[in-house]
Amino acid sequence: MSVVSDVAITPEPESVRSTRRSGSVLRDALSLWRTRIGLVLMIALVLVASFGPFFAPYSPADFAGPPFTAPNSAAHLGTDYLGQDVLSRFLWGGREILVMAALATAFGLVFGTIIGMLAAYSRNWLDEVLMRAMDVILAFPQIMLALVAIATVGPKAWLIVLAVGLTTLPRVARVTRGAAQPIVERDFVAAAEALGVPRIRILGRELLPNIMSPLMVEMSLRLTYSIGLIAGLAFLGFATSSNGANWGTMINQNRIAVQAQPWGVIMPVLAIALLTVGTGLVGDGISRAAAGIDRGRSTG
Amino acid sequence: MTDDRSAPDVPSIVVAGLRIELTGSGRDVVDDVSFTINPGQVMGLVGESGSGKTTVGLALLGHARRGVEIVAGSVRIDDVDVLALSEEQRRPLRGRVVSYVPQDPAAALNPALRIGTQLREVLEAHDFGANDGDRRDRVAEMMREVALPDDPGYLRRYPHELSGGQQQRVGLAMAFACRPRLIVLDEPTTGLDVTTQAHVLNTVRDLAGAHKVAALYVSHDLAVVSTLAERVAVMYAGRLVEVGESSELFANAAHPYTRRLVGAIPRLAGSRELIGIPGRAPSPGSRPRGCAFESRCAFVEDACRLELPPLRALDEGHMVRCLRAEEVRAHPMPFAGEAMAVSMPHGESVLSVQQMSAGYRGVTVLHDINLDLAPSECLALVGESGSGKTTLARSIAGLHAERSGRIVLHGEELVELARHRSRESRRRLQYIFQNPYGSLNPRRTINQIVRQPLEVFGIGGSEANARVDEMLERVSLTAAYASRYPDQLSGGERQRVAIARALVSRPDVLICDEVTSALDVSVQAAIVELLGELQKSLDLAMLFVTHNLPLVRSIAQRVAVMSAGRIVELGAVDSVLLQPSDDYTRRLLADTPSLEAVQS
Repeated sequence: MSVVSDVAITPEPESVRSTRRSGSVLRDALSLWRTRIGLVLMIALVLVASFGPFFAPYSPADFAGPPFTAPNSAAHLGTDYLGQDVLSRFLWGGREILVMAALATAFGLVFGTIIGMLAAYSRNWLDEVLMRAMDVILAFPQIMLALVAIATVGPKAWLIVLAVGLTTLPRVARVTRGAAQPIVERDFVAAAEALGVPRIRILGRELLPNIMSPLMVEMSLRLTYSIGLIAGLAFLGFATSSNGANWGTMINQNRIAVQAQPWGVIMPVLAIALLTVGTGLVGDGISRAAAGIDRGRSTG
Repeated sequence: MTDDRSAPDVPSIVVAGLRIELTGSGRDVVDDVSFTINPGQVMGLVGESGSGKTTVGLALLGHARRGVEIVAGSVRIDDVDVLALSEEQRRPLRGRVVSYVPQDPAAALNPALRIGTQLREVLEAHDFGANDGDRRDRVAEMMREVALPDDPGYLRRYPHELSGGQQQRVGLAMAFACRPRLIVLDEPTTGLDVTTQAHVLNTVRDLAGAHKVAALYVSHDLAVVSTLAERVAVMYAGRLVEVGESSELFANAAHPYTRRLVGAIPRLAGSRELIGIPGRAPSPGSRPRGCAFESRCAFVEDACRLELPPLRALDEGHMVRCLRAEEVRAHPMPFAGEAMAVSMPHGESVLSVQQMSAGYRGVTVLHDINLDLAPSECLALVGESGSGKTTLARSIAGLHAERSGRIVLHGEELVELARHRSRESRRRLQYIFQNPYGSLNPRRTINQIVRQPLEVFGIGGSEANARVDEMLERVSLTAAYASRYPDQLSGGERQRVAIARALVSRPDVLICDEVTSALDVSVQAAIVELLGELQKSLDLAMLFVTHNLPLVRSIAQRVAVMSAGRIVELGAVDSVLLQPSDDYTRRLLADTPSLEAVQS
């Protein structure tokens, strides 16, 4: 009986609530303190990473004193294992991580969304093929796959971006497919099909705008993970250059003297922690706003 | 509990001065609602969506939805004021003294528990019966009362193994299980087809009468209420506007709103145009100081706007909230518009379905369908849910791939999927969906939605703008709607947008799939009125799919009756509805609730 769906459906306000426009979701998200705090953290660290080098007293490879000197008037945060200025290296060290994390996230998000929407919309063998392929990638831990790729080819920036993006992709695809599946069944998609609207336009105009809220949550979540992953790879020694100024690399280089000269470790750890907490809070705020948690309920 | 029944004419339920507000805002959702129900009596509570009828129904259980609160009034059930009790004291009353049957039976039953277990649970929760044996007997008795099998095998079934009607009857059995004093039924037959609906309604009436249970039947469907309830209360914008015997109300209503509502009900006898009620009910917070119906009323005078008319007694047991009730009543009831001139179709068929069968994954649900649609003809396709009428409509529209046979539009044979059809045939054949809440993309403006077909068919620029504006005007939406989003519109307005989208490309065949089933009666009448007018003025051939038989009268010239995937009867509306030749059509007609039964 369920195959013939002509039972009268009485509209309920809940279904209206779940289809709120993404603009109003962002506005609601901004009214939450967690989103505001997250956004402030994110913006502050992005500013440090992008404009920090202009304020750095030394070039990142310059010597500012003997190794592991405590903070003094010449080097405000002391020096690192080679005697380079910790403050300068900290100010230089966010760029690479941030740019690579953003690129990797964008890569994973764009292709993951396309694959997820295609799978949800096709509802046939293509859905199976795409999602099983995603499962194969998912079967490997993210960091393992990245390590194997880098160990094979070498620590190239494009490879790190590609490896992190590729492992982000199936996670985004699954979320997209899940969010798009109920939308695909809605009548306005059928209405577009009956008109003969090209498939690519149905995906872009009917489907995509209706899954923007979960995608925005996914974006900040994936960005958080990518930052952590790329910093982690750098910590393990897989950065573009072995002595490049990079928060992840810095932690590894200076951890041996963490008791004598802790700043070389504290600063990058703090930066990575605050950045990931910031993006995480923003994502959480958006998802709460989209789900309608924390909102005074209005009568339908 | 079972012996001290009071005399039947002493009300067991007394609701007085009920006021419910949006929490914290002081805006009234419901105000000044008072009525009584006698034991064994079914009282109908009728109103459009947003009138507050469900809110009142829930208040009888002492419950308020999130966001609203009961601020004043009393609900006395046999001298116990439900509203004066604490939540702790109220909980044991629910199910035992007052029970509730929700709209969707599937949502009310736990899908993971067998129905026998769920029925016993109700009895156990209220310590009904001395021991397990007693309760088992009572469960069997309950099943017999709602005309379901009482064998253990049936009781071991899960809710999903029952049909919608059976699920709703299990819901009724649960509600009646502890012999409550009051039952609140919230549109329990909305999702059911007419035959199942008739069974459920009979069960409600018999049980309420036999066990002296007072029942409040909340519904927007006047025809259903008229067959079931002895007394009816009509709600409008949060207040009762008329209360009376149902026969009196339907034959001789004294409030202009009730009269328009009765006029909006399609009739089985006589082809009549339907007349909708123009305008919209004011929402909480924007309700006028005077009579809330003032802006839509033909009898309005200055006094109506000054202050709220009181609910006053007109006759014995007939209350009305209108200053001019006597004058209103002196006018003849506006039963419906003028009789329609029914002309039989002529000319070559524009759309022809030949020997079509269709199915889902190998299961055939449509068998050998033959159907012709003449130019400017409206052909109604009626049948219960599951009869295959939507599958037929979707096959024609190119949304259902698994079919065989031929569909010919203007001599051109159509392939299965719309995507592969010629642009011209897609333009000439348009489809309107059942549920306007699902058929409009919530992320696009009304303008973008209506413009979409033009983009697909390569019409742009000023021509497209002009056509969109013209079409919105034809469906009685002002230009101000163009920049709004669907969620800012009411159900009726959304369906108007869907109609505009279907007609903007100037098709000559229009398929309407249950386009009014998700709408209120008064809105339904307005939509049917609009479709009828557009069909005539634009010279459309229309296939009107519906499960509402009386509606067929108001719009179609010919009707096809479908049952189990076959067309069992096809002919002029008059001959099919007045002299049905097929048994199935006769049964469908007999089960259809109608006002005629009350009035004769």
